[in-house]
Order: sequence, then structure tokens, then C-alpha cells
Amino acid sequence: MEHYLVAMGVTAGIYAIMALGMNVIWGMAGLINLGLVGFFAVGAYASGLLTLKLGWPIVAGVAAGAVAASLVGVAVALITVRLRGDYLAIVTLGFAETMRIVMSNELWIANGTDGLSGIPGPFRQALGPHGFNLLFLGIVVAATALLFFLFQRLDNSPFGRVLRGIREDEQVVQVAGKNVVMFKVKAFAVGTAALGMAGALYGHFTSYIAPDLFAPLLTLYIKLSLLAGGLGNNIGAVVGAVLVVFFLESTRFIVPFIPEISAVQGAALREILIAVALLLILRTRARGLIPERLAQVRIPPSVPASLSLKP
Amino acid sequence: MEVAQLVLNGVMAGTVLAVPAIGLTAIFAVLRFTNFALASHMTIGAFAGFVANTTFGLPIVPSLATAFLVSGFFGWMSDEFVLRRLRASGFVTTAIGSIALTIALENFVRFGFGNQMRGYDLPLRRDWVIQGLRVSPQQVENLAIAVVVVALLFAFLALTRTGKAMRAVADNPMLASIKGINSDTVARLVSFIAMGLAGLGGMLTGLDTTIDPLVGFRTILSVFAAAVVGGLGSIPGAVVGALVVGIGEELSLLFLTPAYRTAVGFLAILLVLTLRPRGILGQRAY
Repeated sequence: MEHYLVAMGVTAGIYAIMALGMNVIWGMAGLINLGLVGFFAVGAYASGLLTLKLGWPIVAGVAAGAVAASLVGVAVALITVRLRGDYLAIVTLGFAETMRIVMSNELWIANGTDGLSGIPGPFRQALGPHGFNLLFLGIVVAATALLFFLFQRLDNSPFGRVLRGIREDEQVVQVAGKNVVMFKVKAFAVGTAALGMAGALYGHFTSYIAPDLFAPLLTLYIKLSLLAGGLGNNIGAVVGAVLVVFFLESTRFIVPFIPEISAVQGAALREILIAVALLLILRTRARGLIPERLAQVRIPPSVPASLSLKP
Repeated sequence: MEVAQLVLNGVMAGTVLAVPAIGLTAIFAVLRFTNFALASHMTIGAFAGFVANTTFGLPIVPSLATAFLVSGFFGWMSDEFVLRRLRASGFVTTAIGSIALTIALENFVRFGFGNQMRGYDLPLRRDWVIQGLRVSPQQVENLAIAVVVVALLFAFLALTRTGKAMRAVADNPMLASIKGINSDTVARLVSFIAMGLAGLGGMLTGLDTTIDPLVGFRTILSVFAAAVVGGLGSIPGAVVGALVVGIGEELSLLFLTPAYRTAVGFLAILLVLTLRPRGILGQRAY
């Protein structure tokens, strides 16, 4: 049981890193990204291949995974940044699907659908399975904390304020003399770097990645995390991710108790639950457990007498 | 010769693809969001037609009509109860909601029918060979059905009062409402017709091969490619775009394996967005 909880904690941490990254793109800048799994996969494959085939150290592999995902993110953003957000939605979704097709068919890159196995993990042999999981939990928690700290700084910086401005009204930000296009691309660069890092960590934890693992459903889980926790703030992203993992794992236990239901039907039911939960939050416009706090500009009730113009 | 065969296949695949692509582009033109729920409505249509065809023993044409009506009904309902409320919060929320909706609906189908592949009850027929070109009678039938459906739709939009009202809302919602056109009615009608077309397209796609709950999601990239290449929001554009994507996907077989067929659609999207974002027949890039 303890073993299981530790593994669940690692999953929650990886989800939290993805939610933090997605929060920059969607929560702060208000941009859509339906291809989350694609960037996650780029990070996982880049790090997996570099450490496995070229013998890079794991830390360098994870960094390279983040950089690779970020570069792809910049390319995707640049193509659509001047157009309406719908095009970004289509291109990101298309990218994730194409990524999966390429990885399934190009055997020379990473064994196609068989996937990449034996990805090294830090001290995996020395610590044994349980010790390794505990160590990895520590690593993931540390990574989440570091990212949380950085993104919190980003959120409160002028950069974060411009992103929120773009989310609320692009034109106003443009009038204020900001280069909206550049800010959008940067938001994508930062957010997708976190997604890539999460993918890389996932690969080193499970030691095995395959195209099947990168199903579009993961995108939905992270979106639900953000909505449940409170879109637009980093604490909400982390809390939401933990909640969603807890929810997902608990349905895994509940569904088998429903009588006369096959495994496929159980899996379908779980996915319906997730999708309906997401729709309900969107529909009720609930702002999540920890709603984003916006700076309130205080307007004095009336002009002080000392300032009024004397006749 | 091989090229001629591929172009012929491409024209047939493209005509079938035009049916859901028109649905997508019509929703974008009138309701102004990209409805990813199109994927699950293609699946719903394919399975509704499957039940009509195999359980009730209906021939193909009435089964296709069933596919249109059932998925159209689902489209109307999902707009009425889910997407309409989201539209007020902007297109990012609506697009994400439509993705959640498509996963929910796809899994309802999976819950009922499971994951296995199924085929329609079709008479076995020998392929026709004309001047060295091989076509299956089923493909020709699909082509004819798709052409008739598209022609009916064009006539509806050009000649009837309701069709003109729909075009008016797409063109300028404010002016249309000043002229007394009820935009809610138009929204319902567009949702019904567009998702009906998606379902019809889903079944036409399935007639060629087999169906399973992922039939819609597998095709959606090609559908989006058709709509974007032709110009998102333009119905004639969707037809032209579907033919371009259909032929392009087939011609890609000259130097790529069939697995990359959908990737070709994505490539077409990237190419068009880089070179001519408003597409072949689109008026503006939004």
C-alpha cells in the first residue's frame, strides 16, 4: 500500500509540473493548447534517447527534454500567433497526433509502437524498487517546488502582468506598446518547457515509454486539474493536479464494484466521469478551489476636497 | 497509370471528406468556434447507421438517413445543453468544452458497443475495371451520395428562406438580428444540420472499411485540414479543401507509407497557415 501511495505521489508531482506549465499558457496568457501530450512526448523521447543511446547524464537529459519541447512550442506558436486562437487549437491537436503517428511508425527513432525500454533512472539498481520510488518522489517534489517558486516569481513580475493583460484584452496591451506576438510566443516557450520536463521525468521514473501512453486523454486530465484547482494561479494548479490524481485513482477502485460491467465499459465510464466533471466546471463557471486573486485597483469614492478646483 | 489511380481514389475520398468538412466549417461560420465534438458525432452517426443496417436490416440509403438524423439530434442536444452555455465565455472555453464533450460521447458509444471493429452488412461485389483503373461499386455509390448531399445543401442555402437566414447570420450577426432573424433558431438548425452531416460522413467513411469508437477521432485531422485548406468558414472552400486533402493524401502514398495519411493533412494545415492563412476560398483569416 505504501508502495502504491509513493507511486501515486510521483504521478501527482508530474501532473502538477504539467499543470504549472499549462497554467502559464492557458491560465495566464489565455492561449489554447490541445496538444499537451505532444510536448510531453517530445520531452520524454528526447531525454530517453539522449540518456539511453548517447549516455548523457539524466540531469542533462531532462534539461534537453525541456529545451526540445520548448523549441517545438515556439515553432507551433509562431505559425499561428497572428491568427485567431482556433487555429492554435487545431495546430496543437494536429501536432500531438502527428507526433504519435511518427513515433509509432519510425522504428529507427525509438522502436515504433514497441516503445523505448530501459531508460535509466537515478540509482535504480542501488536502491531497489521501493527506495528508488522514494528517491524519485523526493526529486519530483523538489522539481515541483522549484518550478512553483519560479512561476510564482513570473506571475508577479511585469511579464506575468502583461500575459494576464493579453488574456483579458489583447488590444489594450497592444495599445500600451507591448509586443503581443512576442509575449504569446514566450508564454508558449515557458509553458511547453515545463511540459517537456514532466515528460522527461516520467520516462526516467517508469523506464519505459511508448506512443500509446501519449493519448489525448492526458490533456483533459491536466485541463481538469487547472479548472478544479483554480485557473490562473500556481497554487491552484498544484492542488488541482493532486486532486485529479486522487480522483482518477479512486475511480480505479470504485468502478470494479459496479456489477455486470466489463473492463472496457469500466474504462469508458471513468473517461465519461472525467469529461463530465470538466464540462460541469466550465458550465457553472466555477473558479476552482483556490480562485485567482486579481489585484484590485482602489478608486477613491470621491475626489478629496484639497484637490478640487477652487473657483 | 498509378498516379491516375491514386488521383481517382483521392477524388472519391475527398468527396466523402467534404461532407463532415462542410459541417465543421458551417459551425465555424455561424457560431464562430471550432467544434471538436465533430469527431464523436461522426462516430455516433456511423454506429446509428450500423444499428439501422445490421439490427433492423435497412438498406444503405435509409441507414445513412438514420445516421444523419441521429447524429443531428445529438448535435442539436449537445449544443442546447452544453456548448451554447459555454459560448458566452469565449471560444477557448468552448473549444475545450467541445473536446471534453467529444470524449464523453465517444465513450458512451464505447460503453454500448465495445472496442471491436464492426462492418456494415454489404453485398459482396466485384471491383469494376475501366481502362485499367480499378474502382469498387461501393466507392462510386458513396461518391454519388456525397455529391447529392452537397448539392442539396447548396440548394438549401441558396434558395430557401431559412438557408438565406443562415448565410445572413454567418455574414453579419448584428445586421441579421436587426432584420428580425432569430439567431437562436439559426444556431439550433446549424448544429442539427452540421452534426447530421458529420454523422453521415462518419458512416460513409465506415462503409469503405470498418467502424469502431475511434472512427471519428482518426478522421478529424483530415476534416480540419479540409476546412482550413479551403478557408475556415467557407462552404465551397470546404469542398475544394476536401478534394485537395483527399487527393494529397492518396498521392502521398507514392513516397510515404499509408500510416502517414493523416500526417499529410497536418502538413497541409501548416503549409496553408504559413503561406495563405485564409485558405483557398476563405475571405478572411479571422
